[in-house]
Amino acid sequence: MPRTDPRNRRPLALAAAAGSVVLLASGCGYLSGEGGGGGGGDASDVDCAPFEAWAEVEGTVSIYSSIRDEEAERMDRSWADFEACTGIDIQHEGSGEFEAQLPIRLEGGNAPDLALIPQPGLLQRVVDDGYAVPVADGVAANAEEGWGEDWLGYATFDGELYGTPYGANMKSMVWYSPAYFSENGYEVPQSWDEMTELSDTIAEDGTKPWCVGFESGDGTGWPGTDWIENALLRTAGTDVYNQWVSHEIPFDDPQVAEAFELAGGIVRNPDYVNGTFGDVESIAVTSFQEAGLPLLDGGCAMYLMGSFYSAQFEEGVTVAEDGDVYGFVLPPLEAGAEVPVMGGGEFAVPFADRPEVAAVHEYLSTPEYANSRASQGAWVSANQNMDPAVIEDPASQFAAEVLLSPDTVFHFDGSDAMPSSVGTNVFWNGMIDWVTGTSTEDVLETIESAWP
Amino acid sequence: MEFSFLDELPKIVWMLIGIAAFLGVIGLLLVVIDMPRTRRDRWQAFLFLAPALLLLVGGLIYPVLRTTYLSFHDRSGDAFVGLANYLWMFQRPEILLVLRNTLLWVLFAPVLSTAIGLVYAVLVDRSRFESVAKSLVFMPMAISFVGASIIWRFVFAYRPADQEQYGLFNQIVVWFGGEPRLWLLEQPLNTFLLIMVLIWVQAGFAMVVLSAAIKAIPAEIVEAARIDGAGAFQLFRSITLPSVWPTVLVVLITITVQTLKVFDIVRTMTGGNYGTSVIANEMYSQAFSQGQTGQGSALAVFLFVLVIPLVVLQIRRTRKARELS
Amino acid sequence: MNPTPTITDVRDAGPASRVRRRLSGSAASLAALVIAVLWTVPTAGLFISSFRPADEIRTTGWWMFFASPEVTLDNYRDVLFGSASDGRLASHFINSFVITLPATVFVLGLAALAAYALAWIDFRGRDWVFLGIFALQIVPLQMALVPLLRFFSQGVTVGGAQILPAWELTGAMAFTNVWVAHTIFGLPLGVFLLHNFISQLPRTLFEAARVDGAGHGRIFLRIVLPLITPALVSLGIFQFLWTWNDLLVALIFTGGDTATAPLTVRLAELAGTRGEAWHRLTAGAFVSMIVPLTVFFLLQRHFVRGLLAGSVKG
Repeated sequence: MPRTDPRNRRPLALAAAAGSVVLLASGCGYLSGEGGGGGGGDASDVDCAPFEAWAEVEGTVSIYSSIRDEEAERMDRSWADFEACTGIDIQHEGSGEFEAQLPIRLEGGNAPDLALIPQPGLLQRVVDDGYAVPVADGVAANAEEGWGEDWLGYATFDGELYGTPYGANMKSMVWYSPAYFSENGYEVPQSWDEMTELSDTIAEDGTKPWCVGFESGDGTGWPGTDWIENALLRTAGTDVYNQWVSHEIPFDDPQVAEAFELAGGIVRNPDYVNGTFGDVESIAVTSFQEAGLPLLDGGCAMYLMGSFYSAQFEEGVTVAEDGDVYGFVLPPLEAGAEVPVMGGGEFAVPFADRPEVAAVHEYLSTPEYANSRASQGAWVSANQNMDPAVIEDPASQFAAEVLLSPDTVFHFDGSDAMPSSVGTNVFWNGMIDWVTGTSTEDVLETIESAWP
Repeated sequence: MEFSFLDELPKIVWMLIGIAAFLGVIGLLLVVIDMPRTRRDRWQAFLFLAPALLLLVGGLIYPVLRTTYLSFHDRSGDAFVGLANYLWMFQRPEILLVLRNTLLWVLFAPVLSTAIGLVYAVLVDRSRFESVAKSLVFMPMAISFVGASIIWRFVFAYRPADQEQYGLFNQIVVWFGGEPRLWLLEQPLNTFLLIMVLIWVQAGFAMVVLSAAIKAIPAEIVEAARIDGAGAFQLFRSITLPSVWPTVLVVLITITVQTLKVFDIVRTMTGGNYGTSVIANEMYSQAFSQGQTGQGSALAVFLFVLVIPLVVLQIRRTRKARELS
Repeated sequence: MNPTPTITDVRDAGPASRVRRRLSGSAASLAALVIAVLWTVPTAGLFISSFRPADEIRTTGWWMFFASPEVTLDNYRDVLFGSASDGRLASHFINSFVITLPATVFVLGLAALAAYALAWIDFRGRDWVFLGIFALQIVPLQMALVPLLRFFSQGVTVGGAQILPAWELTGAMAFTNVWVAHTIFGLPLGVFLLHNFISQLPRTLFEAARVDGAGHGRIFLRIVLPLITPALVSLGIFQFLWTWNDLLVALIFTGGDTATAPLTVRLAELAGTRGEAWHRLTAGAFVSMIVPLTVFFLLQRHFVRGLLAGSVKG
């Protein structure tokens, strides 16, 4: 091309420029992905009655989250009817770098309309920095009906509600294989001591009783915080737990050290871990997604992980009380004592107050949406008006039962609620140090010294 | 959501439009440049430079100034905090570890890449398989850091001793009667293993550039030394090395700049965990994951300051070369 | 890939030195062989693994392939066209192209223009501008992310006055942001390399054209561009590889979905979330490598020439 005579090239260049302008004008809609697709789609075979209230609203709403792959596709299906019956097109984007990317986008002025934020610490940050907007009135009304103070408290700042709970999960869940248990005559333990005895028995039978994996890319270490939080709720109780999360007692309080020792009795016990993955140190590099899979072939017997772990099992694995895998609630210290439950969830937080955003948010906060999403599988909401009957997979049913039971005192995941420089950094790193040989005292001291 | 080429078509159309529009704009610019009214050197130079300068000022110079400003402020960017962010950097043990790691990278990666590249270039020079041999070592240059990280994570993969190893490193250890180890967990060995990945990528670059420099040594000089009875090693020390020394320096500086900015390898190999983080990774996680804009900016400025002497060096060399030519 | 022309000159230097050459030659060959093997084996291992069934990758080393060769293309089918969790790399593959080609063309065009002016038009402060551009090579990209994003989403305001509007692009048009970002980050090196090349052209060339009354625009198009084609090709290859292999810029400016994210982003994500799913990772890694490796092997010599233009002289 450089050899072309410029006298020929000049008109060529002009033509190219002119041509592209014409194309730009006519093809904009096609290229920008507007028109067609979700919004205003085919509503003929959908019952639109439930969406009456939003039928006239139009526009595009972007949702940003850390939810990807199959989970994201289930999510897309869960609001397909809503899109078909309204003029709203929901564009969801999931990213594995959500926690780092959301602040970049907010700072860069590129905010999504709604974000599903899993950490109250991050939620507080986006509210403090003035990016989030309070929820619309209709959303607030739905929230009042759906969730108790234990949930909404995390999204309320200065009396204003900035988000509504979306999905919920239960992180006091121990995965095990009912088939393997019954084959070997093991029984689900009712107290921490029984659990230790069971672990000893399994270890004597020649299997490492526990699988543990802390690796999670950018978030490596977080599964460890679940162990500590569950232990602390059992040794010290709700009040101390809350004081610890809000730093009314120091991070290295002796009561916290006690909880570390309790958890360490399992996690750092070379006789108990780490089924098929190696010794205690291997916990640091075993990904949490992989860590529970040895349950299926007897590589280990128990795995502490949130209820969302059911999504990791491939098709053909029966998740049921009498199937290949299932869960039990991590037992209290004494049999029969109150069982503290710990868990987490995302909050749907709006960054724009356009009517279509409010409409989508309103829909997401209804029990109808919770039912729609739950019926797609592997998902639970803490919405009190959700119909547990729509849940098909037994693990989610189990989690829903525990979460929605009036006896349950729900505790939000403490590390997620701490300031992010601790909760998503030093605490996580500390857990890695802790399983690779650093003493409990040193770990606690390091974390305490980093509290802002 | 099946894959369908139709869904992909708009992207390709937009790409073609983009390229066409760009060429159109350049064409127009050249037309304007040659219009009689603009025929003054200063104006023409300005027009030639304008698009590039505009992008550079907005995309690089302004961000440097802004980051420097932010590094003296708190996380919200409002309150002036003086040197607090810089002091923080040198007080926190985990950040000191990051600084130490960066130092290790800078000390080892450039020197070893250049040394291996040079030795290899000399060894294969004028051998029968030279071009194939050079391709093999140069190949990693074409592989992304993400791809390289996957390749090497596979090499370091670990299985407990009672199972069969599939990671090459551990299998070799087992063959020699050792116990398999979690390579990426052992500090500070893991940092050196990551450095090794960068060396693996950069040695090819050093090799190619140095090989060309070796070929530029006049044949007569080599010949004369050889007639004087110089052995291979002597030849290397008294002829080859002095002749290519200026090139060695350029290669060293180039790789050092690359090393200081290394991000992808650490991010995908360990995520900066297990005590392997470096400044470029830490500033990303401080500024974005943790929202500590001030602290992240301070790290960025520190990194920038570290590289400045290298650039001054390079500039002085370039200037000297210009004066000579 | 031809052997260099000077080979025969040195080889025969008398019987004594020939013996010595051979002695040191075998040790040297061995050393060279060791390095070559070390550099190749990791890639080869991954390559072989990508054709092995998933179960075998997980249970035995790839070297066992030679004992029981079993070849499958399932891994590739899965990562290219399978379900979302397998990777579905075909879309990302196209994205990589759509990002890389324009970013390369833009850098070539703008860098050539700038390099020409810096080399052959006299104006005050020319050296300073050149050195300034050179120095920009060292700016850590992380510094530039937020300001650039802000520029795209809010435009440019100086003292309250909007001088450039925001730039809300969706769908396929969203690629424009990545192009601009890559162009900015590629310019310093591009200007530097091309300047080295252009400034070496003989001065008489320009003087003759000026005497004929040609303007700079015409000289640039008719004389300079054809002459620097080799340098353009090599810089083009360099920029192509750089953009194709980039992770950070893509991470920030494309997001993570199939609509715009390139291969590297998706692959890094697979590596993060599917820690031990080696059958997907091995095949995925090779899908991402195939284009740069092809470009590299086809155009190797041009590539090398481009590197040399910047580094060897002086």
